[in-house]
Amino acid sequence: MPGAVKTWLARHAQTLVGSLGRTVQNPLATLMTVAVIAVALALPLFLNVLLQNARTATTNWNQAFDLSVYLDKKAGSERTQALAKQLRIRADVAAVRVITAEQALKDFRDGSGFGKALDTLTDNPLPNTLIVTPTLAASTLEGTLALKTSIAALADVDTVQLDTEWVQRLNAMLEVLRRVVWLTGGLLGLGVVLVVGNTIRLDILNRRAEIEVMKLVGATDGFARRPFLYGGVWYGLGGGLGAVILVAAAVAVLAGPVEHLAGLYGSPMRLRGLQVLTAAGVLGVAVALSWLGSWIAATRHIRAVEPS
Amino acid sequence: MIRFEQVHKRYPNGREALAGVSFKIDSGELAFLTGHSGAGKSSILKLIALIERPTRGQVFINNQNTASIKPRGIPQFRRQIGVVFQDHKLLHDRPVADNVALPLIIAGYPKREIDKRVRAALDQVGLLSKERSRPLELSTGEQQRVGIARAVVAKPPLLIADEPTGNLDPDLAIEIMQLFKRFSDVGVTVVIATHDVHLIDRFSARRIVLDDGRVIAETGSPVPQAVSASGAAQSADSSAAP
Repeated sequence: MPGAVKTWLARHAQTLVGSLGRTVQNPLATLMTVAVIAVALALPLFLNVLLQNARTATTNWNQAFDLSVYLDKKAGSERTQALAKQLRIRADVAAVRVITAEQALKDFRDGSGFGKALDTLTDNPLPNTLIVTPTLAASTLEGTLALKTSIAALADVDTVQLDTEWVQRLNAMLEVLRRVVWLTGGLLGLGVVLVVGNTIRLDILNRRAEIEVMKLVGATDGFARRPFLYGGVWYGLGGGLGAVILVAAAVAVLAGPVEHLAGLYGSPMRLRGLQVLTAAGVLGVAVALSWLGSWIAATRHIRAVEPS
Repeated sequence: MIRFEQVHKRYPNGREALAGVSFKIDSGELAFLTGHSGAGKSSILKLIALIERPTRGQVFINNQNTASIKPRGIPQFRRQIGVVFQDHKLLHDRPVADNVALPLIIAGYPKREIDKRVRAALDQVGLLSKERSRPLELSTGEQQRVGIARAVVAKPPLLIADEPTGNLDPDLAIEIMQLFKRFSDVGVTVVIATHDVHLIDRFSARRIVLDDGRVIAETGSPVPQAVSASGAAQSADSSAAP
């Protein structure tokens, strides 16, 4: 029955637009509700943005535990190159980069800000260094540890450094932060459901007479409920948009300082804001939560409104 | 069309509004329920529209025992009854035409059909020119006629009205009553609760007089047939036992 479907769709569209009109008719109350939803959603969303950025920043450190092999000061450039060659043919080594003592000093001078002080040194205190990257297969903690032991035993090698501990700590911290994001997200999501539910309950009380009349002329509970459900959808959409705007603004405020901070650490890292897909997801979640809130409130309270 | 059998209604506050009421109204009949306020007129209308349920006894509407109608079935049931209220119960935030259209929208009629029927109903009550007005821009009598248009727009076989002339001056009241008469002339069963005895004296119609929750007189009616014996004993003229 395409005709009936068309009528049904037209009715829903009409109710959708009508409910928007009614929420706009009461701008202050609507704005308050939308603002509460926006703030509630913005907090976990913002934490999530920070978390994602922290992850991106540490991804490189996670993927491969490079070994820093500091050579004996006595090992000259020739023996350094020979050792590099020897390591490159190993099955568990993907790449070896040589950093000569001169290069290391230059990098340190450029990056540290101690340039003038270093000029007073008569000879270079830094050794030649090999940065050894294990193959992907050998990149497990055990694999790298085995590689470390093996390299440490070679001639000309002073120390082998493997900084896995702080990476593990960082990962553990990020995991805690991830849980925090989910917890606050869950709690504040529940808050959104309750806030919208309460708003819809008040809407229903205000329009009690209208609902009674509708029921008297044969409206089902579902029919009487429909405009309130769409009202909830509008609240959610407005609140979701508000949250996205708030987070975008927060990212904009932080972008400069973060870049500056990263620059001080010699990293080109930039704060990544909300992705389009995430923003769309937020809108979806906001609409779903507030639809749920209005559904619970409308179903309960409209059933209670009976003509007398 | 309507049959009450030994209907009792006691409200939660203990007041007994109906104490064994039995009567029968045929299809297409115009009937007045009269009596003092508190006599039980409104309770009877509420039982017809399933706003209330009887404490004891049975109510049949259109040969259907209302006791068999579950809450889920009430909306569908009410769509065959047009209801007119003393205070009109119009929605003030939308124009007259939208008020009248409400029962059709609820029943899911297509838009073209709704427009046609709304205009026909407004034409019947003489308010076609006011379809875009807001209810509050109209006089009380006009508002009442909008209420009537809304009650009849879906062409229900049964029309009930609770004190529809209560707020109107005598001339307007007669006009409204004549309107109801016209609907009954075309086959709609019309039941009107009113305490205005002088007004209904002008109409030769069925009259059911209530006092203290009992039927104390029935006049101008075809002899009721299927009224139970004990109910008949309380009615003045329905002596016909089954």
